[in-house]
Amino acid sequence: MLSQWGFVLILSAIAVVIPVAAIVLGHFLGPRRPDPIKTDVYESGVETIGDTWVQFRAQYYLIGLIFLIFDVEVIFLFPIAVAYADLSFFSVIAAVTFVIILLLGLFLEWRKGALEWT
Amino acid sequence: MNWSDALIQLQYDLGAPQELSWLVEGVTYFIGAFILANAALILALLLIWITRKVISRIQDRIGPNRIGPYGLFQTVADALKLLSKEDITPASADKISYLLAPVLSVVGVLMALAVIPFGPALIGADLNVAVLYLVALGSLGIMAALMAGWGSNNKYALLAGFRVVAQLLSYEIPMVLAMLAPVLLVGSMSMQRISEAQSLYLGPINLGIGWFIFLLPGAFLIYLIAALAEAEQTPFDLLEAESELIAGFHIEYSGMKFAMFFLAQFLNSFFLGAIAVVLFLGGWQGPFAAQIPLLGPIYFLAKTFLVYIVIQWIKGTFPRVRIDQMMQFAWKVLVPLALALITAQMIIMKLPLPIWINYALLLAANIAVVVAVLNILGSYFEREQVRSKRAFAPRSLIGTMQPVQSSSGD
Repeated sequence: MLSQWGFVLILSAIAVVIPVAAIVLGHFLGPRRPDPIKTDVYESGVETIGDTWVQFRAQYYLIGLIFLIFDVEVIFLFPIAVAYADLSFFSVIAAVTFVIILLLGLFLEWRKGALEWT
Repeated sequence: MNWSDALIQLQYDLGAPQELSWLVEGVTYFIGAFILANAALILALLLIWITRKVISRIQDRIGPNRIGPYGLFQTVADALKLLSKEDITPASADKISYLLAPVLSVVGVLMALAVIPFGPALIGADLNVAVLYLVALGSLGIMAALMAGWGSNNKYALLAGFRVVAQLLSYEIPMVLAMLAPVLLVGSMSMQRISEAQSLYLGPINLGIGWFIFLLPGAFLIYLIAALAEAEQTPFDLLEAESELIAGFHIEYSGMKFAMFFLAQFLNSFFLGAIAVVLFLGGWQGPFAAQIPLLGPIYFLAKTFLVYIVIQWIKGTFPRVRIDQMMQFAWKVLVPLALALITAQMIIMKLPLPIWINYALLLAANIAVVVAVLNILGSYFEREQVRSKRAFAPRSLIGTMQPVQSSSGD
């Protein structure tokens, strides 16, 4: 088992080397004529007004939070799925109750309007 | 026999000392990983060519046909052109995240190769947490797109970065839940075990068509829709909508850095198709795959290319969705349905009934989900069509813009 993670490790090293090598190669093969207009921000030929890193909608935070809740839930569901064959009917009902509580949470968010995108 | 065992044995036969077993294993894994990663790069060239050919056929064009037979080397020429382009870094960019993003997006995609079973003995690493590993790698791609959008210090790129958060995070949940359905059925997260479980024995002969799509069509449909969104393909390509955001998060990238994003995107849609093939379409299973080992990789690649071409077909025919429709569809349709499906599957498969009644109930639940999703999609399209007809049928012009009727005789 451990040696299989060795394969993943070697593959990840190669996966890092390939894009880095390509980018470095492109960096040295291409011409280099920097000029202040070329390295400026591209905005369809119009000069940028103000700061780019502006405040953004709170909606994105809400989506991020809801995602976090559900992702953690999924992490709990995977071990249940792997051990499913050994579980008794009662423990499956317990797992289902867990899912249903989260589903109720989703409906609450729905009622509160967190999922509306206007 | 596994490919790595065969390669290790070959090295011992060639006279490698027994006490250096760690080195022998390392060399074996290095050769395997090196071939796999480079094959992926060549595959990407082929995938871009397929996409351009399929899309141009849909649009009644010929597509690339000048360089090489059938224009096969067009993408090679494009890659060489991108190599010779100037490598521009915007002066105001956040250098670390700007430079790290293209590398990270390729890493996230290439590492998915490790757990894809190409054949009965052809798998990089048969991890027992493979499905979870793939989910984790998916997040790496999201991270790369967000870093590119943020680091470019460009307003279009930043808007795309926001959309990355909204879209990719939202569709990750139904995708993962749909991937849970086969795991629940097999009781293992190993890709090889899931492939093996999709056999169908008729007496002693393995027909190899016990694919989970026949049992879990609902989960497959949810996975396919979510995978389209995860691959940033056209019905959901809001992050790089050309007409709104010019190119989305990779607007400030040029030369090889742009090529890396391009590569990652095409490989990503191919690998999402490959995961769909492993989880739902039987992996390397097929008629006579057990008797003739060579058929396994052929079946696997044939199915994956078929899924890829279907994805390109969808890309060529569907219009882009609006962001509010997209978010609503994820959270109000796909997530509740996927959760309901998983819950139903958990309960149904534990009911003390004959096993075939369990399977029949499971199939019924899945078909109900398919019908529900298709109904909702259909009503969306119907509403959109009505709206666009009203918008684009100028009644006042109908009378004046009739083609001139040629009278008979002249």
